[in-house]
Amino acid sequence: METQSTYNYKVVRQFAVMTVIWGIVGMLVGVIIAAQLVWPDLNFGPWLHFGRLRPLHTNAVIFAFGGCALFATSYYVVQRTCQVRLFAEKLAAFTFWGWQLVIVLAAVTLPLGFTSGKEYAELEWPIDLLITVIWVAYAIVFFGTIAVRKVKHIYVANWFYGAFILTVALLHIVNSLEIPVSLTKSYSVYAGAVDAMVQWWYGHNAVGFFLTAAFLGMMYYFVPKQAGRPVFSYRLSVVHFWALIFTYMWAGPHHLHYTALPDWTQSLGMVFSLILLAPSWGGMINGIMTLSGAWHKLRTDPVLKFLVVSLSFYGMSTFEGPMMSIKTVNALSHFTDWTVGHVHSGALGWVGFISIGSIYYLLPRLFGREQMHSMKLVEAHFWLATVGVVLYIAALWISGVMQGLMWRALNPDGTLTYSFAEVVKATYPYHFVRLLGGVFYLTGMLLMAYNMFRTIAIGRPVVAEIPAVAHAH
Amino acid sequence: MSDFVSDFWSIWITVIVVVGILGVGALLFSQSKTTLKKGEQVQTMGHVWDGDLEEYNNPLPRWWMGMFYLTIFFGIGYLALYPGLGKWAGLRGWTSVGQYKEERSQAEAKYQPLYDKYLKQDVKAVAADKEAQEMGKRLFQTYCIQCHGSDARGAKGFPNLTDNDWLYGGSPEQILQTLNGGRQGQMPAFGAAFGEEKVKDVANYVMSLSGKKHDAERAGRGKETFSTVCAACHGPDGKGNQAMGAPNLTDNIWLYGGTEKTIIETITNGRANQMPAWKDFLGDGKVHLLTAYVWGLSNNKAAAQ
Repeated sequence: METQSTYNYKVVRQFAVMTVIWGIVGMLVGVIIAAQLVWPDLNFGPWLHFGRLRPLHTNAVIFAFGGCALFATSYYVVQRTCQVRLFAEKLAAFTFWGWQLVIVLAAVTLPLGFTSGKEYAELEWPIDLLITVIWVAYAIVFFGTIAVRKVKHIYVANWFYGAFILTVALLHIVNSLEIPVSLTKSYSVYAGAVDAMVQWWYGHNAVGFFLTAAFLGMMYYFVPKQAGRPVFSYRLSVVHFWALIFTYMWAGPHHLHYTALPDWTQSLGMVFSLILLAPSWGGMINGIMTLSGAWHKLRTDPVLKFLVVSLSFYGMSTFEGPMMSIKTVNALSHFTDWTVGHVHSGALGWVGFISIGSIYYLLPRLFGREQMHSMKLVEAHFWLATVGVVLYIAALWISGVMQGLMWRALNPDGTLTYSFAEVVKATYPYHFVRLLGGVFYLTGMLLMAYNMFRTIAIGRPVVAEIPAVAHAH
Repeated sequence: MSDFVSDFWSIWITVIVVVGILGVGALLFSQSKTTLKKGEQVQTMGHVWDGDLEEYNNPLPRWWMGMFYLTIFFGIGYLALYPGLGKWAGLRGWTSVGQYKEERSQAEAKYQPLYDKYLKQDVKAVAADKEAQEMGKRLFQTYCIQCHGSDARGAKGFPNLTDNDWLYGGSPEQILQTLNGGRQGQMPAFGAAFGEEKVKDVANYVMSLSGKKHDAERAGRGKETFSTVCAACHGPDGKGNQAMGAPNLTDNIWLYGGTEKTIIETITNGRANQMPAWKDFLGDGKVHLLTAYVWGLSNNKAAAQ
């Protein structure tokens, strides 16, 4: 029976299941727009046009898939590492239904063309307000649970989740300040270069806190749990946590190199992006080194494979990011497919893999099973997803560097060697491979959904007793 | 112009950047002294969460610290050399505007003579020069194809440059003038003045001018309106007027389309069109080459290939 002496798994189960569902939806839209880039005839009418589906894709994978994964895992982790039932459970239930409403509203309004025009923050002001209310509720539940914890020390995963919740609130509110002119249209209060700067301060910190810090929180719980090994270094977690959350705040201007943004702002964006490399890698080291003494488990445990490979992609994209922020590199990479490839090595490789691994960890525990219905399918999912990511990013690296070089190629008389359309034509084969990569990744998610529903069908919801706190110290 | 409205902001930026970077360095330094002695076993912190979650307290990896310090020193060096600390211009005196100007002047010094040497030749001679035609084509592929298409055959609202029909004239001088100063094409809207029926009448008369299938009765009525109103620009015979860019309506070449529906649309709502001016942007040498290329498109069959 559910009492105060049990963990609240209900809301965790809800978010965990929806993570898989929204993952499929968001990635399906991604596959569709990738196909539209190969076959432009697939743009049907205004509602299913690339321009409207693209923000739907980004919102769905970041905020629906990623968001649900973060809600599910943070609610699970904060309860279990504080050894206390969720604080303000009704608010937790509200965050679930509210967040689903936000996602549905996004899926309706974006194809209809309602947009504030701000990347990764396209939703119009009434939805922005709803998000704000839900986020405050989330903060109350999370920090409330921390406040009433039965364990003295706050576990490192919760630092990262906490930083994520606080910062996303700040980012969302500052970036979404807008003046409504009707129910469905508003204009940003900022103008010109300031608007661009606020947008990318938001945009890059959405990457830094939503897609990095929060998922590091996930990593700090599920990697040591699945490996059965202690975290490598507490000291390293302290240094990289504080350095990461401080430094990320400054990195936004690297999205605006060689623009109307003042030179000094661009320089600071680049310098802090480079300083960000080591703090980012701190998380990867702490995760991967946690496996020392447990490497043999990788041979047999596909869940651990997901978790460890996610860290490799994390390390790779957090190396690539600072390199791309260097102005001379950026002059080549900016506006090319390279950027899109970079984002997806982070999104598919890091965020996707760590979420998938964590959800595979959670599902059997939430539904009272030893393990997933079929570990073979988990293994198949792992390989499908890995091949998918590699195809995707390799294709866009080649395509991106090629675009950059073709755009800057000059004839002996100083004119451009290639017209824009010639460059577009040259990218076709790579865009096809990228589509193929997306199809692989999506197929893996479909296996996951099947596996999940079979696991749920043979299991039953678990009511977990909160163990007594061991007072060793 | 300074980026700052007052010194306060410049100082503020400088202080938080310096304190920030040094703070990150200090944080790293404060945790960098611990090392494991040879043979020493690393201990956990002694805290346990959720049954079995523990933490070792391994020292920071040395290569990682080295990398961290390196980026910090790079950052300090970069901010000494380049703008970043508020108003501080950097020891190298670099600005993005300065870099742009320098690259432009280098490019101009390198490429301008290649174009300017053709200024001495007249347009027809340049059009006959194979190398000049290739250079002209590249300019066209860079600046003109967005509207006129890579084959120069235009699109709805954008003239075909490969035929012998010219809105503003096809002599070298006229093409040069079009390129240098641009053109503003303006067809007024007559929907309100004429009313629906009269618009339809005029449209049918216009269709009759180029021998298209039309309603003869309407065309008859439309002719009267045409000669009192439209003829002012398009001429009494409808052959147009290149001085003001009024199209010839008798040659069955249509900028916006020659169906009854589009002609009615044109008369009802009017049309506004713009060819940008290129003189200031491209300079005389490049405009001269483009003039020869465009002239060659319809006067030089070889060049049109």
